[in-house]
Amino acid sequence: MKQSFGARVVKALAAPVAALALAVIVSSIALLLAGYSPAKAFRVMWEVMDSTESIVIVINKAVPFYVAGVAAAIGFKMGLFNIGTSGQYRLAALLAGAAGAAVHFPPVVHVLFILVVAMAVGAAWAAIAGILKVTRGVNEVVSTIMLNFIAVGLSSWLLSTYLRNRNVQLVAETRTIPRSGRLPTLNRFVGFFGFHFDDGVFLHGFLPIAILLGIGYYVLLNRSRFGFELRASGINPSAARASGVNPKKLILITIMLSGAVAGLIGMSALIADPQFFKYGDQFPQQLGFTGIGIALLGRNHPVGIAAAAIVWGVIERATQALSINNLPQEIGVIMQGTLLLSAMIAYEIVRRRNEEAAVRQAAAQTHQASGPPPATGVLQEVST
Amino acid sequence: VSAVTVPVGQEPERRSAIDRFLNDRSRPAQLGILLLLAIAVVSSARIISDANDLTASAAFGTALRFAIPIGLAGLGGLFSERSGTVNIGLEGMMILGTIFAGYAGWHYGPWGALVGGVIGGALGGLLHALATVTFGVNHIVSGVAINLIAPGVARYLANVWFTTDEAAALGGSISNSPGMCAAAAGSSPPCNATIQQFTMPFLSGGELFGWRSPDTLGWLEDKHWFMISDVAGALRGVTSELGMQTVLSIALFFVVAYVMWRTPFGLRLRSAGEKPSAADSLGVPVNRVKYISLAISGGLAGMGGAVLVLGGAGRYQEGLTQGIGYLGLAALIVGNWRPLGIAMAAALFGYFQAIAVRPAGATSVHGLLVMAALAMGLVLIYVALTRRYFAIVWVAIIGALALWAYLAVDEVNNQFVYITPYVVTLVVVTFLSQHLRPPAAAGQVWRKGQAT
Repeated sequence: MKQSFGARVVKALAAPVAALALAVIVSSIALLLAGYSPAKAFRVMWEVMDSTESIVIVINKAVPFYVAGVAAAIGFKMGLFNIGTSGQYRLAALLAGAAGAAVHFPPVVHVLFILVVAMAVGAAWAAIAGILKVTRGVNEVVSTIMLNFIAVGLSSWLLSTYLRNRNVQLVAETRTIPRSGRLPTLNRFVGFFGFHFDDGVFLHGFLPIAILLGIGYYVLLNRSRFGFELRASGINPSAARASGVNPKKLILITIMLSGAVAGLIGMSALIADPQFFKYGDQFPQQLGFTGIGIALLGRNHPVGIAAAAIVWGVIERATQALSINNLPQEIGVIMQGTLLLSAMIAYEIVRRRNEEAAVRQAAAQTHQASGPPPATGVLQEVST
Repeated sequence: VSAVTVPVGQEPERRSAIDRFLNDRSRPAQLGILLLLAIAVVSSARIISDANDLTASAAFGTALRFAIPIGLAGLGGLFSERSGTVNIGLEGMMILGTIFAGYAGWHYGPWGALVGGVIGGALGGLLHALATVTFGVNHIVSGVAINLIAPGVARYLANVWFTTDEAAALGGSISNSPGMCAAAAGSSPPCNATIQQFTMPFLSGGELFGWRSPDTLGWLEDKHWFMISDVAGALRGVTSELGMQTVLSIALFFVVAYVMWRTPFGLRLRSAGEKPSAADSLGVPVNRVKYISLAISGGLAGMGGAVLVLGGAGRYQEGLTQGIGYLGLAALIVGNWRPLGIAMAAALFGYFQAIAVRPAGATSVHGLLVMAALAMGLVLIYVALTRRYFAIVWVAIIGALALWAYLAVDEVNNQFVYITPYVVTLVVVTFLSQHLRPPAAAGQVWRKGQAT
């Protein structure tokens, strides 16, 4: 049954749009219960979004979300729950930051060096969970949760000892990455197309790398043998194995790939955000779990993840303006949470509907072919 | 055709004598000897490294205070996983517990805080049940979502509850609630801001009708005798200045063990977690059982949150849980999905944390290395006697590393103690996984009427 592109888009969007509506309703109720005006809140949010600055900020926020989403999605595609992206990127950002500040290379090489270090560290840390899974059958959810906390301890030890910038007394941070290791802002590039920002507004330079990553993810998944094997294992592991997929090798490669991309999560802040250029206590720490949420919201699809990352960023940016107007800024997190949970439920309902429809259709075909109708009227699940 | 026939139920014995002894559950002597060996290891480590704080009663008291929230979260995990639902969301439920406990404590005092914590956590558990049981969302996905939502909800509620003029005047802000009973000043019955404490008379010098009884254990502890003083320190630590919430939590372990293995509800709960279809065919309302179990699961985690509120500054503070919910999950795994195991794992984890934060932390943590080396030495004897050659290598390496670290460094960074529980958990799931038996259906999405 081939559907038109339009019908497929409408079908794919129905569930997330319904979830978004529910998120707006739930947060409105939360606002009402607390004695605030939802109408005023959403008007303020709408108004703040209506500026170039907000759009730039949303894109800057969405880029690490997107990378984090892709990192989680690579694992999810084959049914691997890499909960450990948060530890992987923390160690990767710390070590890449320290290594990047310690060397002097020509501009492009320096950036590449930092990225490679970050990806290698992320992949290596994820490989621990992969090796434990393929050799000892350790559930990756358990091992990656433990590795997250071990990464926290390990990174704060390294940051307070060997990798600390001794010239700074008060805070623990690595040395600043020299100019050659930084990505320039994209202000001049978009200025070429006639977009000009106010002073102090920068479009971070990591955006092109994130876009390349998305394309790479799509091509790898849908246009390569590895991607085919990965998706096949995610849908039906035993069928994939029967057709010649080496599951152990695939698990190890997938989780390392996921970890390598996770290593890039912090790079947008480390080498493209003028606020940082170093790893320290202020470095963003929550991106790993946010990325898992974004991958789930975007259904592991490269475009879906991008949309989810942007929605996430819009909610964050728009609600930032609320506190100035004596409205609770925290409603944003409630919106994000409701959106995520209701989207998960909506996707599951749609999946069950489709499955039941498929069974009904198959039953009707059997009925036409062989006469007697099935004895029971109860529809049973085809697979679990 | 083989001529040898093995009678049913009598398989040829291949295990060594020491294995038979250790696995024979009918012998209390087994537990006794293991316990004595453990005490000897700890005591020797204390004497070798000259770190008396390792077995000071105050250290054990702190360890107990750290262990209780971990244990409660672990019990929460037990309820959900035994009924077939994996609960990564314990951390989030615990956070909900802290915020509700902060609000309830502010209005109704410490007992109100405990009830509030249970309610807050149970709401989180019910949300998990709605997603996983009713709508069949993947358990990990729902748990991650709850962990993402809970801090936001807590912050939102803190903003709504604790930043009003009234609350702010009493010291409330977005990151902390007003203190216990702050809103109930002058109410009747009077709101008592501190929870009752209990110290065992005669053993630890508790008061009996206003008379201060002798502190026998304290006297023994101060002698610093081999093994005896260490046991005295441990006993005194867990029998003095116990908040009633601690006593209640310890009692809960026995209640849970009874409910889960000695009541019809417990049987139904476990059957839902082992083979839901079979349970369903015998008339067990599987989904209802799962809902109830998840509410209890969240309630226990939330109570853990309330204990944190009571044990700290006596008020809700943002970020109070700091991953203790995950630590509870670790205790559940290391404790092999059993209440006693969870209690022991939680005690161990709590002990590591307590040792590290005490004033003598640097010395004690150094002593932990000797302890690890000695323990590995004993394990080495065990694996050598039972001829587990592969294990010998690993155990020898770990023991040698611990010994080398003890001799090479004078002070151990606190971060290494911080990561110890997680490393222990990883080691257990990696090397002892054949001894672990998680509930068979934990993590599976089950629908009534599905085939198998």
